Amino acid sequence: MTNSIEEFETHSKVIFVIGSNTTACHPLIASRIIKAKENGAKLIVADPRNIQLSRYADFTVHQRLGSDVALLNGMMHIIIKNNWHDQAYIEQRCEDFEQLKETLHTYTPTMVEAITGIAKKDITKMAELYATQSPAALLYAMGITQHTTGVDNVKSCCNLAMLCGNVGVAGGGVNPLRGQNNVQGACDMGGLPNVFTGYQPVADPKAREKFSQAWDCELSDTPGMTITDMISAIEEGKIKGLYVIGENPKLSDPDKNHLDNAFKKLDFLITEDIFLTESAQIADVVFASASLGEREGTFTNTERRCMLTRKAVEPVGNALPDWEIISRFSTALGYEMNYDCPSDIFNEMTSLTKSYQGMSYQRLGIDGLQWPCPTPEHPGTPYLHKNIFTRGKGKFHAIDYKDPAELTCEDYPMLMTTGRMFAHFHTGTMTRVSTSLDSEQKTGYVEINPKDARRLNINTDDMILLTSRRGKIEAPARITDSVPPNNIFLPIHFGENPTNVLTSSTAFDPIAKIPEFKVGAVKIEKLIA
Amino acid sequence: MNCKFVPSVCSYCGTGCGVLFEVIDGKINSTLPLKSHPVNQGKLCIKGWSLHEYINSYMRLKAPLVKENGHFQKATWDEAITHAAKNFNRIKETHGPDAIGVLVSAKVTNEENYLAQKLARAAIGTNNVDHCARL
Repeated sequence: MTNSIEEFETHSKVIFVIGSNTTACHPLIASRIIKAKENGAKLIVADPRNIQLSRYADFTVHQRLGSDVALLNGMMHIIIKNNWHDQAYIEQRCEDFEQLKETLHTYTPTMVEAITGIAKKDITKMAELYATQSPAALLYAMGITQHTTGVDNVKSCCNLAMLCGNVGVAGGGVNPLRGQNNVQGACDMGGLPNVFTGYQPVADPKAREKFSQAWDCELSDTPGMTITDMISAIEEGKIKGLYVIGENPKLSDPDKNHLDNAFKKLDFLITEDIFLTESAQIADVVFASASLGEREGTFTNTERRCMLTRKAVEPVGNALPDWEIISRFSTALGYEMNYDCPSDIFNEMTSLTKSYQGMSYQRLGIDGLQWPCPTPEHPGTPYLHKNIFTRGKGKFHAIDYKDPAELTCEDYPMLMTTGRMFAHFHTGTMTRVSTSLDSEQKTGYVEINPKDARRLNINTDDMILLTSRRGKIEAPARITDSVPPNNIFLPIHFGENPTNVLTSSTAFDPIAKIPEFKVGAVKIEKLIA
Repeated sequence: MNCKFVPSVCSYCGTGCGVLFEVIDGKINSTLPLKSHPVNQGKLCIKGWSLHEYINSYMRLKAPLVKENGHFQKATWDEAITHAAKNFNRIKETHGPDAIGVLVSAKVTNEENYLAQKLARAAIGTNNVDHCARL
């Protein structure tokens, strides 16, 4: 997030949520949004489904799955036409506005209505609501990113925010809501194929020299593979060994049948987890990890806040903290790692990472600190790009709408989207073992619009066979108008109804390599019991 | 009876709500919201309130496992780590460091992510490091 969670309540005059089912997936951020609304802020929600947050919105629209670029371009077209954009901000702080303007020219309300299914007057109203009050915060989640046009979608969100002068101000910004407790931290720590900690490129000789000296070893200058590329490389026999820490790719990655075949070709698989997940079951060695509360260490949340978690109890059985397992494994591989405690590791990391350099366990306290925090006196940074963008000028990207990889056809006449539900988390490993959460929802299901249910003679809890180009799964029907006609929704948490049998591993964003989990073509049939 | 409260952070979504673990006689008995926390200000969602339940689950892995003839056997840490290292070193010697991939985790700490990418880059010699940010 460019900004902080608190600012939605304290500063934002407008909150625009697109592609985030916030009440289900980030409930405590949703509660801030609802409070902001009570304080008088305007709430706009754009989502293909009729999500709970829509019911609180001042204005809500349901764009067709995968049509976000067209919708955002359409809003910007109207904003410029009505002169609602912030010309002074654009001139002072941004570049490439003319190119954007030229592209937007063709995104007339008529054209955008045809692509998105949103009425012309609604697009205009929405644009007016977003643009005529500031600061306006834009919030998104995987509904924006899990598309073949994920990067285009994100850039379009940035275009809109900059157009109205909303980046670099309290209560504004472009705010991706991170789905995992430490996905921000994993990225910050160099858990990516092309960068060391703090996004220092492995291809940059200076950065490589710095880490090479600190770690006393030679380092490869070639960026590595993303998870999406690794799966293909395993299938082609290029990757033989895989070490998977705290992750369940068998359920979280697209196209399960393809994935299962690839995993069979691995020479050696190590998993490190707190449970014997679907992925751990096929491993050659499983390392048993200590969980939250059984070890000390820091997490960085969606607003870049690095916070310390403390040890409350001893690890279960012989489980060890991951830092200890990794150190011992590294030493056994022939590269010695010796650390007495997590704070030693933290200090080594901060000495190599400018954005974390001013942090220490003592300073983090209970509230933590938001990066960048470059010196021991620095109070942390609630919002980014104040006065000047990190890269200098805020760059507008002229982007044209592209269709999702799969559209409906005669054989697969319905569109599927996937996501989370309120009681469960990701592949369910941490929630289905919890009695309270399991009692909320015990099985997978498929949401179907009442019109489709009538047409196909489907009743609640009837078993439905879902078929995509990749495979088939079964799931009980849940009839609800929260999905539009001709669309279905599947939650991703349930291994017995694995949605990744249906999703495609070849439909992904060319830059971010993120799979298009939010749009796919399927056929549905009622199973006669 | 020994009772204490230990501050922590919820490990589900990326919001990062501050929690207090209520520890009674060496076991986490419940999860409470941290009232002063800047993120959640004394509130939690249903997952947060139930946070200790997965930690206490009887399904937790309690020892490292090594697969022999298709079946898992409990192992000591030395056995499991030596076995894993021997096989990874064999792959590296035969096929080079880029024949190995490491998936770090959005669920483990910053310190552990830092070490995991260091292991990939320094101990194995590959930049094939990624995690589930895209999923």
